[in-house]
Amino acid sequence: MTMITLKRIIKAGFLNFKRNGLISWAAVLVVTITLSVITTIILLQAVLHFSLNQIKDKVDVTIYFTVKAPEEKIILLKSSLEKLPEVATVSYTSADEALKLFRDRHANDYATIQALDEIGDNPLGAYLNVKAKEVSQYESIANFMKSDNALVSGSTSIIDKVNYHQNRLVIERLNTIISGAQKLGFLITLLLVIISIIITFNTIRLTIFISKEEIGVMRLVGASKMHVRGPFMIEGAIYGIIATLITLAIFWPATAWLGVKMTDFLGINMYGYYLSNFFQIFVILSLSGIILGIISSFLVIRKYLNK
Amino acid sequence: MIYFNNVSKVYRDTVALDDVTFTVESGEFVSIVGHSGAGKTTLTKLILAEESPSDGTVFFESINVNKLKNKDLTKLRRRIGMVFQDYKLLSNKTAYENIAFAMEAVGKTEEEIASDVPHVLELVDLSHRVMHFPYQMSGGEQQRLAIARAIINQPELVIADEPTGNLDPVNTHEIVQILKKINDLGTTVILTTHNRGVIESVGKRMITMENGKIIRDTKQDK
Repeated sequence: MTMITLKRIIKAGFLNFKRNGLISWAAVLVVTITLSVITTIILLQAVLHFSLNQIKDKVDVTIYFTVKAPEEKIILLKSSLEKLPEVATVSYTSADEALKLFRDRHANDYATIQALDEIGDNPLGAYLNVKAKEVSQYESIANFMKSDNALVSGSTSIIDKVNYHQNRLVIERLNTIISGAQKLGFLITLLLVIISIIITFNTIRLTIFISKEEIGVMRLVGASKMHVRGPFMIEGAIYGIIATLITLAIFWPATAWLGVKMTDFLGINMYGYYLSNFFQIFVILSLSGIILGIISSFLVIRKYLNK
Repeated sequence: MIYFNNVSKVYRDTVALDDVTFTVESGEFVSIVGHSGAGKTTLTKLILAEESPSDGTVFFESINVNKLKNKDLTKLRRRIGMVFQDYKLLSNKTAYENIAFAMEAVGKTEEEIASDVPHVLELVDLSHRVMHFPYQMSGGEQQRLAIARAIINQPELVIADEPTGNLDPVNTHEIVQILKKINDLGTTVILTTHNRGVIESVGKRMITMENGKIIRDTKQDK
């Protein structure tokens, strides 16, 4: 294909878009809806991801030690825990710090503080706070604690209790909900995207159907397949480009509003997210829009060209 | 130039052409006359290889048109200019662009297009309609535009399939005169019509068809 043919095809595509008037804009509208669905999904995924991470972050396992437990043994246990691949962080709170935290927490509770003063000794033991990388991994960490392995010999004797066994049911339920939410999110995304693609494809099919006769005439006049098909593909690309711009323009004020009104509820500032990921969203939308437009046109027109 | 050898065309159980044999020489003006359904349009479709014969062969010079591959078919069609009863213009293109499109299809440059289009529009008396769309023109004007498009690439053959079917007598006369002019300039013309009056005004070779058969050919009468 020569440059001049390419130039003519592009020019004809723009001209057709302009002359088809309402039909072109109807197609743009449908592509815009598709792209809006995609953008909404991107934003919802961000909210879902953020919320799930927050929930995951709230889950941890605390290992309480006996009051007499020697500190070096606890530190040893801490370092061996840190070597486990499932463990994200381990934080150590000494008995003194535990007491201080306890006092701070109950600063207004006079009776408790007085009781504490009366005991004189520190009744609290040190503890380790363990966070796993995944919610599903707490079980294996808890199992590690139960086993009296060579690395931390005798550690079971200094452990008072591990609260995983108390929180186990909650953690397991949460784990099911999180993986369920992710699967559901993915399925809904897939479904919506497929529906949008089918609707867009059909709209473009209708716009080309109107030109069915003309395609036959162009072929009779001796135009090559590319010369007939090219302008329609360019039109498809134009639908995609304009729809991308409209979608980006719509979501600007929409996310700004969400950012002002819904940040507390969603836990994430939509406007901030939209702006900081603007380039990625632009690329995803324009590529989806243009590819959708071009491929739909290409597939539809193939049917009429082969007659 | 065109050779039909014992050509038959059957659509399911309707016989459109029944064992037709005739020849068109280069530079001839041939009129094919017959009632609707006599097989005239089928005959033109066979020349363009829009349809393939059920039996027999159709040759365009030395080319068997039904053996052509898609790409060569495009080349063949560029050597033939077509005029239809319903004009078949591109409705979202202006008169100028309709003709320019046919030139672009064969790869003419912008300069050639800019110099040739006004000429051919003048030939069919449409200089005042350059920037009009087909829906802004009368039937006669649309058909003249279709003829202009058909001849712009200097085809060896112009096939006009019922070009006057939708036109009044005045426009019909104009169209026939233009086709005669084209023939005088050396292009072979095949004209089909159901209107015997049109043919008589031409006064050239006439093939009469009925029920898919040639029942009379004035050339053989001579």
